[in-house]
Amino acid sequence: MRQKRFAMTALAGTMAAFVAAPSVAQEIRFMCYSDGNECEVYDDLLTRFEAEHEGVDVIVDVVPYQAILENLPVQLAAGTGPDLAKVTDLGGLNEYYLDLTPYIDTAYWDASFGDTLDWYRVGDRQGYYGLHTQLTITGPFVNATLFEQAGVDMPGPGATWEEWAEATRAVAEATEADFPMAIDRSGHRVAGPAISYGAQYFDDEGNGSFEGFMPFAEQFVEWNNDGTMARDVWASQGGATYADAAQEFINGEVVFYYSGSWQVGRMDEQVGDFFDWRVVGSPCGPAGPCSGMPGGAGVVGFEQTEHPEIVAEIIDFLAQEDVYAEATARTRNLPAHLGVASAGVEFEGASPAAQAALNAFASDLSNVSPIAFRYQGYAGNRAMFGITVERLSQAIVGELTVEEAMERAAEDLSAALAESN
Amino acid sequence: MLSVISSVMRIVEIPMIALQRLLGINRLAWVFLLPNLILFGLFAFLPVILNVVYSMTGSDNVLLSDRPYIGASNFGTLLDCSDFLDPNSCREDKFWRAVWNTIWFVTLQVGIMVGFSLLTAVILNRDIRARGFFRSVFFFPVLLSPVVVALIWKWILQREGVLNAFLDWTGIGGFNWLVDAHWAFAWSVFISVWAHMGFYTLILLAGLQAIPRDVYEAAIMDRAGAWRTFRRITLPLLSPTMLVVLVLALIKGVQTFDEIYAFTGGGPGTATTFIIQYIYEKGFAGAPRLFGLAAAASLLVAGVLVVLTLAQLWANRRSVDG
Repeated sequence: MRQKRFAMTALAGTMAAFVAAPSVAQEIRFMCYSDGNECEVYDDLLTRFEAEHEGVDVIVDVVPYQAILENLPVQLAAGTGPDLAKVTDLGGLNEYYLDLTPYIDTAYWDASFGDTLDWYRVGDRQGYYGLHTQLTITGPFVNATLFEQAGVDMPGPGATWEEWAEATRAVAEATEADFPMAIDRSGHRVAGPAISYGAQYFDDEGNGSFEGFMPFAEQFVEWNNDGTMARDVWASQGGATYADAAQEFINGEVVFYYSGSWQVGRMDEQVGDFFDWRVVGSPCGPAGPCSGMPGGAGVVGFEQTEHPEIVAEIIDFLAQEDVYAEATARTRNLPAHLGVASAGVEFEGASPAAQAALNAFASDLSNVSPIAFRYQGYAGNRAMFGITVERLSQAIVGELTVEEAMERAAEDLSAALAESN
Repeated sequence: MLSVISSVMRIVEIPMIALQRLLGINRLAWVFLLPNLILFGLFAFLPVILNVVYSMTGSDNVLLSDRPYIGASNFGTLLDCSDFLDPNSCREDKFWRAVWNTIWFVTLQVGIMVGFSLLTAVILNRDIRARGFFRSVFFFPVLLSPVVVALIWKWILQREGVLNAFLDWTGIGGFNWLVDAHWAFAWSVFISVWAHMGFYTLILLAGLQAIPRDVYEAAIMDRAGAWRTFRRITLPLLSPTMLVVLVLALIKGVQTFDEIYAFTGGGPGTATTFIIQYIYEKGFAGAPRLFGLAAAASLLVAGVLVVLTLAQLWANRRSVDG
């Protein structure tokens, strides 16, 4: 009898749980990767959103960056993606994005995020898709202590790549530093310098192109072979694998390291008092521009979500000026929100050197070439980044001449564009 | 315990007898095979079919329904060469660079590895001191994960690695091993041999121990020298085992990917890019994802592996038939 009563109670309890379940939680999965502490900060901010929206449970799935690049597109194609994610292939995943237009104040978004909204738009899909949470810009870190020890004057604003190469060679020679210069092994990183040397990246019809890339390619290969550039970074890897020279710079082995604003936190933490470092504006090239390359990451929702309204509300919540300003300050990223940028950001826990570096990067944004902005929003840019790395590396190690490498790059690009949607 | 088992068996027996009456004794075998057939079909046969289908489709879409049929175009792209010996003359030059790298790598790696494995097995088969210890030492690298192997050697060989520190200390001076194409390739072969030879040594050791002692005793009585004994007795009697080792090593060599990918990333340039890395990069790491081209390349590799396996069967049959 007692057993029967227990069974009845258990059954009733289970049924109650099932009946109640749908009204309890609307589970939202947020696929997130961190360069620093971004996911941790979003998780904290979204706890406030959950408090304001009873029944909504936002689960921040922290994944490696590689999962965003490789697994997310496959999940989306198979219809098993998350509700929202932090992405860097901004235009490339456009076909899956949830259009936020019906759910947000578009006037506020236009006024706040301006041109970065275009990076998420492709073809006739011209809605509001992405909240650019992390604006980055490429640029050089310079070891000021080595300059001082060598007694060489640091080139000033408007200096060219050649002037920097000459100065850093002199510094490296005087101080016995291993490498005068280094650039991350990434197609994105060389885009700014390439534009300064005349790369156009687009043909007359608006398709991706390596037109005008040759002068930079020749210079870059030459510098890798004459010891101006750290050859290890580009030559010791294969394929389109990313490699950086941050550790070499931190170790004091590189005089001039071209990377980007996302490295400021790392430099701040790991260089410490070891030497004085500073960020200078991107050098100029023979073609004129002194351009870095913008970039970064943004939060997007996906059409396949079962809760489009909540997903849009979450993104809109993160886009509000006070929330955005807090996230920017805590994650120590450059703001893409014009209001937050113009008000200035007091980066949390940043040393004076880091604060100065972030300000230097922010002020260099005005020098970014329109080609660079357009290239960043181009849906085929990932293909072009990969091709750039693979073919330039082959030219550096001598498998191809620079001319052959650029011919192959053009062929690779036309094949990639033909296969893309 | 036994009574419980027999009770269970009696319960199972009833439906089995009924099923046997219904299907007949021959068809009942298929019922037992069915679970395995379903699993094999689902996880081995179906992927092969899908691979063939993907190889004949284009675009970067994942779903087959979104991919247009393009016939043998992917195979045409891979095989479009004016001179197969010169990758620069091929439309898909990276594929042919990977093919030639793989051929060189397999030739060197298998040759060196089988030779060293045989030598090591012969030595470890002798009555030497601390034989058990040395057997463990040679087998130990086999237990390591390929990524661990790659990282260990990367730390040793990188610009500021252990080897260069040692060379600097001796006054010889360091060298940038992983930036030079020839050295990177040579080290890749060495590491692969180091990591895998223990496994083949073990197989050859088992083969050596299976050779009857009395044959050697007869050779001693006939005053045969050590080299003659090795050439006339050990090698012929070991040849079936050698054949297995050779074919296994060849197939594994063609499939080389993880440890070299973690070690050099396929570089410098494409100096250590092998065929499986090419397939991985085309299908999964690159943009756009060319699943069709990757599938076509993997089918060509599968074709090569089938040829190698058939060659093994042929050679095996020939040796059995005498």
